[in-house]
Amino acid sequence: MLKRKDILGIRDLTAEEILGILETAREMKEKIENKKAREKSLKNFSIVTLFYENSTRTKMSFALAGEYLGADVSDLGVATSSVNKGESLVDTGITLDQMGIDIMVIRHSMSGAANVLARNVKASVINAGDGVNEHPTQALLDLYTIYEKKKSFKDLKVAIIGDIIHSRVARSNVFGLTKLGANVVVGGPSTLISKNMEYLGAKVTMDIKEALKDADIVMGLRIQMERQKGGLFPDLREYRDLFGINEEMMKYAKLDALLMHPGPVNRGIELSTEIIDGSQSVINEQVKNGVAVRMALLHLLAEGRKNNEDIDSKWTHTRSFIQNRWDQRYIG
Amino acid sequence: MKILIQNGRILDPSSKTDGIKDILVENGIIAAVEENISASADQIIDAKGYWVAPGLIDVHVHLREPGYEYKETIKTGSRAAAKGGFTTICCMPNTNPVVDNEILVEYIKMKAEREAIVNVLPIGSITKGQKGEELANIGKMAEAGICAISEDGKTVMNAGLLKKAMKYASMFNLPVLSHCEDITLVGGGVMNAGEMSERLGMKGIGADAEEVIVARDIILARNTGVKLHICHISTAGSVQLVREAKLRGEYVSAEVCPHHFSLTDEAVEGYDANTKMNPPLRSAKDVKSLKEGLKDHTIDIIATDHAPHHIDEKNCEYDRAAFGIVGLETALPLSITHLVEENILTPLELIEKMSTNPAKLLGIDKGSLQVGKTADITIIDPDETYEIDVNSFASKSKNSPFHGYRVKGKVKYTIVGGKMVFNNGELI
Ligand SMILES: [Zn+2]
Ligand SMILES: [Zn+2]
Repeated sequence: MLKRKDILGIRDLTAEEILGILETAREMKEKIENKKAREKSLKNFSIVTLFYENSTRTKMSFALAGEYLGADVSDLGVATSSVNKGESLVDTGITLDQMGIDIMVIRHSMSGAANVLARNVKASVINAGDGVNEHPTQALLDLYTIYEKKKSFKDLKVAIIGDIIHSRVARSNVFGLTKLGANVVVGGPSTLISKNMEYLGAKVTMDIKEALKDADIVMGLRIQMERQKGGLFPDLREYRDLFGINEEMMKYAKLDALLMHPGPVNRGIELSTEIIDGSQSVINEQVKNGVAVRMALLHLLAEGRKNNEDIDSKWTHTRSFIQNRWDQRYIG
Repeated sequence: MKILIQNGRILDPSSKTDGIKDILVENGIIAAVEENISASADQIIDAKGYWVAPGLIDVHVHLREPGYEYKETIKTGSRAAAKGGFTTICCMPNTNPVVDNEILVEYIKMKAEREAIVNVLPIGSITKGQKGEELANIGKMAEAGICAISEDGKTVMNAGLLKKAMKYASMFNLPVLSHCEDITLVGGGVMNAGEMSERLGMKGIGADAEEVIVARDIILARNTGVKLHICHISTAGSVQLVREAKLRGEYVSAEVCPHHFSLTDEAVEGYDANTKMNPPLRSAKDVKSLKEGLKDHTIDIIATDHAPHHIDEKNCEYDRAAFGIVGLETALPLSITHLVEENILTPLELIEKMSTNPAKLLGIDKGSLQVGKTADITIIDPDETYEIDVNSFASKSKNSPFHGYRVKGKVKYTIVGGKMVFNNGELI
């Protein structure tokens, strides 16, 4: 059971909480493969997905996770709803709250958006990616994948390569991996990486080979094409030749290193086709684990909501503060 | 109307007075400052244990009228000022329409005369519509009574145009209040760039965005004869640039806002947009430099940059939220708590930076308690300790990160031109 109302980021989870979620994910994974084992622990729970940024995969993964546990999952089609007519995030959240939604899953282009929603609603909020801040469920599925294959995080060397500066995945992974005792090195061109990542406990290098050297895990990141308008590197050809990971580059890592990627992959740019489809790749496994981890989170949050008074009292306090502010909107 | 203030600690930087005396106010002017004045009066104030200071002057306030009356008006802003101990406030021109001609200056003066309870001095914009393209009617606005020009909220990015404005403004002896922010370096940032922005996953605004313009404006102001005033200085590098300019003997002054020396960017944790301001809350190292700058008089003035915004503009995504916080009602207690209590400034120096120096910058005959001066007076209990409550604000907006923040020092009375406008905690 999780003693918290929301999952907003890996940054505020403890190592114990993370390991607890991974253990639950292990149980959940069996339910994906074995239909008969699926218990409906989320019967009568209503979940809504609120995707201000498109991501068919993540949304689908949450929807299936909810359905496998017996919950009612609906999607607020952001593009076609009143949100598109200028309704504020807070108003949308309060409206859904009134309709009795238990869990809201939000994806948003602005950092901290999930926090704002969580502060204003009684429902539990799961952050499915906010701006360049965090993507906790992706990091948890990455952690789970590593845990399953390597059994422990202690002293593992994890190299995360690519567009670090725009990557909430990299950030959430750095928070999680360092908490669990792994060493993280982030590498990429100097315009796509910030030295400040060292404040988070990662080692920063512009030398990809150094980053890959003796790595246990190699994590490629997606080049966010839509964010390259500012000209942070000259062109894709140069990027592939200088910073792409291929069979040659993988030789710097350990022989049994795992190759990971949050997907979808730009084939032949950040990763070569040979290694995507090679024996070290666990990219497809990650997708399955994503559903398991999301089932675990939904299950744990729902359990907490069923019988945790701590959440309620903490919530009531926040709520009265928010309510005051809400009232102020109509005064003066 | 006669007011007799007894046994207060008189803090008058204009005559370097710091001692226990009585003050008699008669017909709107200070009639006597002596020990044991015995005169009949309409109101006698026992100011024992209190500070008696020349009325505070804020050179940097946003009153939002005309155009954004749902955030603040000249009336409500002036009431917030009176509660905060300010007797004179200067209002920035970034209203809608922008104050770029004499008609709008007249409008603000007329509204202030009718509805404000403190002195309101309009500031004119530097360029027409704050577009940064052509000079506003600076001369006509000077005739109509502006106290300064500023493009606050924006920077005049065209250096040639700004230099022309400086030369032109010097003719009318108008100070140029400079908002220093190179927009090409801001890059969509919403908070200070550094460890905290990295932790929170937010786009940062580096110190360079401010310092490049501070340096540029100091260089541009040379030989133009203008009084250059750097608004809301926030970084260690900016403090150093101003310090060096002053050592070279250049005419430059600088202001700091109470939030910039009271909080660091760690306050942004939790993504409460009440911590979003421009320039942003900076690092602990910057805060230390700001305090050093106050102590060695590199920084001359404490100003609020009072920036009221509606709750809908703050209870939302951080990126989308408006920049700015209200400050008129928290400036004095924050300054006492963080500057006087920490022995950065003496009480007399604090009053100098909140009254006498602003008057000097504006070239107005205020900021003094000497006999014959207009009776703008603020009486402060420096020892009262309490929690700031935004719900008690007179300002129309409540956007402050200091709700529940413990402070020391409270304004008790505010007298404007001999008239009591804030009387022992009550607005008149
Ligand atoms: Zn400004
Ligand atoms: Zn301002």
